[in-house]
Amino acid sequence: MKNLWFRNGLCFAVLSALVAGLLVWNINAGSVDFTPGEVLSILLSPPDSGIIWSIRMPRVLAAAILGGALSVSGFLLQTFFANPIAGPFVLGISSGAKLVVSLVMVVLLSRGIVISSLSLIAGAFAGSMLSMGFILLLSRQVKRMSLLVVSGVMIGYICSAVTDFVVTFADDSNIVNLHNWSLGSFSGTSWDNVGQMAWVIGIALALAFLLSKPIGAYQLGEVYAQNMGVNIRRFRVELILLSSVLSACVTAFAGPISFVGVAAPHLMKGLFRTAKPIIMIPACFLGGAAFCLFCDLIARTAFAPRDMSISSVTSVFGAPVVLYLMASRKGGRGETS
Amino acid sequence: MSDICLCTEALSVGYNGSTLIHSVGLTLRRGQIMTLIGPNGAGKSTILKTVIRQLAPTGGAVYLDGRNMADLSEREIARRLSVLMTGQIRPELMTCFDVVATGRYPYTGRLGILTPEDRRKTVQCLELVHASGLADQDFSRVSDGQRQRVLLARALCQEPEVLVLDEPTSFLDIRHKLELLAILKEMVHARRLAVVMSLHELDLAQKVSDWVVCVHGDVIERQGPPEEIFTSNYMMELYGEARGSYNAQFGSLELEAVHGKPEIFVIGGGGAGIPVYRRLQREGIPFAAGVLTENDVDFPVAEALAAEVVSVRAFQTVGEEAFQRAAAVMEHCGKVLCPATEFGLVNEKNRLLRDLAQSCGKLDEI
Repeated sequence: MKNLWFRNGLCFAVLSALVAGLLVWNINAGSVDFTPGEVLSILLSPPDSGIIWSIRMPRVLAAAILGGALSVSGFLLQTFFANPIAGPFVLGISSGAKLVVSLVMVVLLSRGIVISSLSLIAGAFAGSMLSMGFILLLSRQVKRMSLLVVSGVMIGYICSAVTDFVVTFADDSNIVNLHNWSLGSFSGTSWDNVGQMAWVIGIALALAFLLSKPIGAYQLGEVYAQNMGVNIRRFRVELILLSSVLSACVTAFAGPISFVGVAAPHLMKGLFRTAKPIIMIPACFLGGAAFCLFCDLIARTAFAPRDMSISSVTSVFGAPVVLYLMASRKGGRGETS
Repeated sequence: MSDICLCTEALSVGYNGSTLIHSVGLTLRRGQIMTLIGPNGAGKSTILKTVIRQLAPTGGAVYLDGRNMADLSEREIARRLSVLMTGQIRPELMTCFDVVATGRYPYTGRLGILTPEDRRKTVQCLELVHASGLADQDFSRVSDGQRQRVLLARALCQEPEVLVLDEPTSFLDIRHKLELLAILKEMVHARRLAVVMSLHELDLAQKVSDWVVCVHGDVIERQGPPEEIFTSNYMMELYGEARGSYNAQFGSLELEAVHGKPEIFVIGGGGAGIPVYRRLQREGIPFAAGVLTENDVDFPVAEALAAEVVSVRAFQTVGEEAFQRAAAVMEHCGKVLCPATEFGLVNEKNRLLRDLAQSCGKLDEI
């Protein structure tokens, strides 16, 4: 017992240190180099309009917050589908969000209306729910986890195709913006954005954490969860809404980011050697944050001054994890009845 | 306080609003094991799933402690009723202790953190099912028998009054079947639990149940104490025109007899004949058995498997008349086997039969 507390505490300490370290490193690194001492002095001084305060800080914080959100969203979906390779991107939920957000952007921009972040989040949420609806319908027919993932990928392709179609009707000036966004990137995040995402994601995470007891029960399957006293109908709706809000928020601000939702929770389960939601929800947040900070660091610095899309970096590190999971776990959903 | 803890009233069960079985009237008392039997697909599981609210009733209601379950909150039900269902679960990275501890769910707080008391009860339940050694093992890696015991511990950890089990012994070997049912029986006596379960194994159902419910067609065809239900005739009726027969005394099943002119005569008695009868049946050779008193252990098996049985009434000596009948049957058989080795006052004539066979050169080694 004592050992377990100690072990978990140590893991959390290491993770937090990792996130903090990556935050600092991310702020340091870039086309204009700073030493840690310089960064510290700039951070301690009042906010100014320099590179650190106005460009790097918001971007770095966004990477951490959105990465964490994606990872928790993935964990919730994995529990829901009893499938370790479920995640917002893999199931096509991010692509659904992308589709609706592009539609909103193209329609509103062409009429010269300025888009608020909230309407982007709302659009992304609507798109997420659209894909989610399809996946839920399919999951009744398709019980094998690999087939469900294939279906998700197909939904992703359909949404991407429609998005491309929509983009061809956009004004030339918007296409560049839209194109950058639809590949996924943390660049261009403002302090306002950071505030908005922190609110939405903070509330969603707190609610998810409060649900950790029924989530734990649900890991034994629906029948047992119901018998333990979980109101299944309400719980399923709550889980779907929360995971969709989290991934929608990410897509609204940074576009679709691939595989974080599968890779980060898997790595965290390996680190903590448990799937208990009360530990996994905070752990996944920190893990996802670290994962995205690391990937964004590479995206920014590998071919500096050119930015790579964040998705191509997360794919490089995340997709092998998905392949490994597919190959190592035979059989299907956790429960067959 | 009434002894009845679960009852159903004019309950109809089925899927998607269409009724599969109607007028289900069950009454379960404390300290009682009620078993649902019936052919595959009869709807035993459907009834159980409705009782645990996995399916909504298509009519009628289920009462738990005299209150309609539809009016009870999830937590109130969880504290009174727990389940062990057939679906296999493979939760990620959970030890057997973790799985059993989920039974504390209706008693823990908002975040489900276990108190020392909860942990103590979890350990206790693992001990009850003789699975203390499994506490730290990964649940998805234990054997089928261990898994069922751990899940039973989980159900007990919920401290229910009613336990619902759907075919708890499927996939278990005979040792684990007996072990599981023995633990269940202990619990029922020690904690005055009420158990309702479905079983495939008629022999076990007959031995373990206090009340048996037969699900057949779209109704509960019959219910009562096992001695009223497990009769050879009714079992054959319940399971349709099965190819074989059911022995009510032993609760055992025999395959179909090989019909035709007997080729071999078997002189049995006292249990020595049974293995030979079974072997001949397997090999598809029609045979005759004799001479058996009707209270001999060989007799029911011979009756089920032999093409012809020469017998005398219970507690009667094998007389001259029976000997002659047997000799007549033996004459038409090409071979005689004599597994019987014990001869006494009652079956002295069987020794004479053997000698007769030997003198004709028909007696063969077994």
